[in-house]
Amino acid sequence: MTLADISSNLLYVAFIAYLIATFVFGGAVKGNKKGTYRSEERWGKVAITITVIGFLAQLGYFITRWMVTGHAPISNMFEFTTAFGMTLVGGFIILYALYKTAVLGMIVLPIALLIIAYASMFPSEVSPLIPALQTNWLAIHVITVVIAEGILAISAAAGLIYLLKVVDQKKKSKQRFWLEAIMYSLVLVLGFVVTSTFFTLTNYEADFAYVNKDGQPSEITYNMPAIFGMNEFEPMTDGAFTPLLEMPPIVHAGKLTTVLWSVAVGTVLYALIRLIFRKRISEMLQPFTKNVNLQLMDEINYRSIIIGFPIFSLGALIFAMIWAQIAWSRFWGWDPKEVWALVTFLFYAAYLHLRLGRGWAGEKSAWLAVIGFVIIMFNLVAVNLIIAGLHSYA
Amino acid sequence: MDKLICKCGHENPPGTVLCESCGRPLNEQEQNKQLADMRYEGTARRSQTYNKSIIDKIWNFFSSVKVGVGIIIVLLIAAALGTILPQKQYVPATTEADIEAYYTDIYGSVGTVYHALGFHDLYNSFWFIGLVGMLAISLIIASLDRFVPLYKSLKNQRVLRHSSFMHKQRILAEGPGDAETLKKAEEKLTDLKYKVSTDKNGLLAEKGRFSRWGPYVNHIGLIIFLFGVMLRMMPGFYVDETLWIREGETRAIPDAPGYVLESKGFTLETYTGEGEEEKFGEAIDRVGTVAKNYQTDVVLYKIPEGALPGDTADMEMVEEHAIRVNQPFKFDGYALYQMDFQQDELKTMSFALQNKETGESRGDLTIDLVNPETNYELEDGSVVELLGYYPDFSGFENGEPQTATPLPKNPGFLVKMTTPDTPDGETSFITIQNTVEPLGDNDYKLAFQGVETRDASGLTVRKDRTLPILGLGGLIFMIGVAQGMYFNHRRFWIQQQADGSILLAGHTNKNWFGLKKDLDQVTEHASLPAYRDQQEDMEAQEKREGEQLT
Ligand code: HEM
Repeated sequence: MTLADISSNLLYVAFIAYLIATFVFGGAVKGNKKGTYRSEERWGKVAITITVIGFLAQLGYFITRWMVTGHAPISNMFEFTTAFGMTLVGGFIILYALYKTAVLGMIVLPIALLIIAYASMFPSEVSPLIPALQTNWLAIHVITVVIAEGILAISAAAGLIYLLKVVDQKKKSKQRFWLEAIMYSLVLVLGFVVTSTFFTLTNYEADFAYVNKDGQPSEITYNMPAIFGMNEFEPMTDGAFTPLLEMPPIVHAGKLTTVLWSVAVGTVLYALIRLIFRKRISEMLQPFTKNVNLQLMDEINYRSIIIGFPIFSLGALIFAMIWAQIAWSRFWGWDPKEVWALVTFLFYAAYLHLRLGRGWAGEKSAWLAVIGFVIIMFNLVAVNLIIAGLHSYA
Repeated sequence: MDKLICKCGHENPPGTVLCESCGRPLNEQEQNKQLADMRYEGTARRSQTYNKSIIDKIWNFFSSVKVGVGIIIVLLIAAALGTILPQKQYVPATTEADIEAYYTDIYGSVGTVYHALGFHDLYNSFWFIGLVGMLAISLIIASLDRFVPLYKSLKNQRVLRHSSFMHKQRILAEGPGDAETLKKAEEKLTDLKYKVSTDKNGLLAEKGRFSRWGPYVNHIGLIIFLFGVMLRMMPGFYVDETLWIREGETRAIPDAPGYVLESKGFTLETYTGEGEEEKFGEAIDRVGTVAKNYQTDVVLYKIPEGALPGDTADMEMVEEHAIRVNQPFKFDGYALYQMDFQQDELKTMSFALQNKETGESRGDLTIDLVNPETNYELEDGSVVELLGYYPDFSGFENGEPQTATPLPKNPGFLVKMTTPDTPDGETSFITIQNTVEPLGDNDYKLAFQGVETRDASGLTVRKDRTLPILGLGGLIFMIGVAQGMYFNHRRFWIQQQADGSILLAGHTNKNWFGLKKDLDQVTEHASLPAYRDQQEDMEAQEKREGEQLT
């Protein structure tokens, strides 16, 4: 086995460990019928041990990949997103050590699994660094950011648990709708993973020629049957599925096709879940939160932001500015990625100030924490893939 | 307004909520509360005390956290709006009209509206800068409003507090004690690194007070940072120039008086995917070429002081240097960055002056595309006169040829050719693809012979004297957040009453979980009465009542 093989096998090990730990945590929570926490603690110990093994395996993946590529493995979508999954688990381990909450693991680990699965849909071969990335600041800046985001995301998980417990599933309300919308969007990510995996396994490929927004002829490869065609497209592969709709030049029809496939498959999955269980997903999860201590969840929500905010400021603004000054001659240029780091920073600053006043702890903070995670994910997914800028990884 | 005199006899400044000395609530509203509002120790804040003059009103507006959060949120939304479409500096157009046209051409009506609203240059708009200004004012006023009274109050803390103060603390314990209790509690608290002071029958244990200054320290950092950003608008603090320099060329560095730069050449390397780089082979196959290095080798010269401008005869070599991405060349407060390049830029073009009919040549001429001459005299007395030169010809406007940039990308020449055969001269407009003869058919033409090319480097010349200020602001900000977030201010007040019973109150500005862990240890060691969390009790109570209602 080469080092590269060891590295990717370690990532598999981590993935499987997280998967097992999710169920053990779920069992620990579910088994705690009387609310005495004794069995929860016992099974919680088993689950956290498996989680730590998974985390160490992933750390092993990270270190060996660093050795293989010769640079910190955080330089493209695959690498950065897997690292985010890892720091999310790391953040969870820290907070578990403080508060011993099995239910947090039951929510965080599946999210980490989804994130790592999502990451694996991107090209994972080792790629060389372009000149702007050839500096130690790549490691310093990005690793700090990814650690901060992992910790901040824990607050969203705690918020989510809070909401699963307090939102009344019997009464129609905005809260019930939005909570289920969060669950639905998680299923959409699964939809993307399922679709991508299916078409990768079946080796689907179709080439098209098109005219890009600057009027230049270009070519594109679709890995899913093209629903949307690029501007003035011409099929180059025989027998390829003909796009149903041609898009104007500024719309990247290839990415739009992927989005539509994922949404369609995700929605079918979601509909199946609803049909089989005849319940909303949040309703199915609610019983798991029966013994949840709401004050503790609020505390974890707040605490993880308190721990994460300074690290985020340091990594995403200060280190980012130092590097930008060295690489691009200006510490700040209002590039979309920079702006969204600032938006994230301002959002959490607003959260901290709101909590100074009365009435913002509890449910409102829980919603805010979830919104914070949405902003982080938007910066990771949409800003990288849709809003093109200097940082664009795609 | 009058001073407030507490039952204990202490004179408090107007607006005080909890007596500075004993902690008794001083107004009815506070008396009716179950828990005291301890955020600013019940001190008199200016914003809560005066509301008469216009200055009071402005002060109160900016010191409100609600207003502060409002500003932060508006700023956040505005910043996000600016990322929907690219900002104007990232658009491939330079003149205002071209920029406007670009938004409409590429983004349709959305682009038109975006541009019309000024969102294409959002971050330089007056309202955006105004918002940042309001943020700064709010930061200063809100901090002063709170810091000054808070500082005074924490500095003059008394050990003994009135029992009404104790009972309004979130953590409360009451019960029997013995002669050893206070001493044992003190022992354990000292062990836990609390600073303990005693007075008669009571003690005050305190830890991490400095963390209370965290927010103010970080706000000062932010203000210093914003001040630094403002300063760069002053002349002399900030230089941002572009220098295009070609291989072999020597040019004065713009805005860096006395410095001259020579380029030895530009290098572009790409990954080969071979040898050491074999591991990258797959990625390179997928995306095509990947750049490995952009580099300009330069020599820096200094012109001695007192030399006439442009007199480069006596210049002295300072340093040879390779400028690469991420490795700017720094000297004397300036930095040169490798930002752009142009490979195989046209250097010269050569032509033959030919008779169109016979094809006979009267000689060759070579035009330097950066510094063209006006007259080219050939051996037999023929002359080619350069009437106009358009380095990057982009079409005609009102019959005049135009150039898009000063870079020789698509040169156009307006020439007058005079030969012994055609003594009056013939005019011709020549570009790479075609020749126009605006004044009728000519007998002679310039036949294209060949080009010479070379690489050009686009360097950014930067001086930024605000960087140390920005760095200081950032450092202070980080110290402040760490101080406020990673530490917290914990206090316990313990009193032994005349009958020997113990009254204990505890408070922290953050992390009640940690406070309780400390208290658990003290309780065990000194056999203190069990404590309760009054806020949790209140919430449980509310919940029970709520459940009864439904
Ligand atoms: C982007 C701008 C700002 C940042 C990054 C920032 C940061 C912070 C941080 C980290 C804290 C500590 C919070 C805590 O300990 O929970 C804080 C506290 C505070 N901030 Fe800000 N702040 C900003 C703007 C403002 C503005 C505009 C106001 C104006 C009202 C303000 C007023 C306060 C107040 C009153 C406190 C509490 C002080 C205390 O508890 O003693 N902040 N700020």
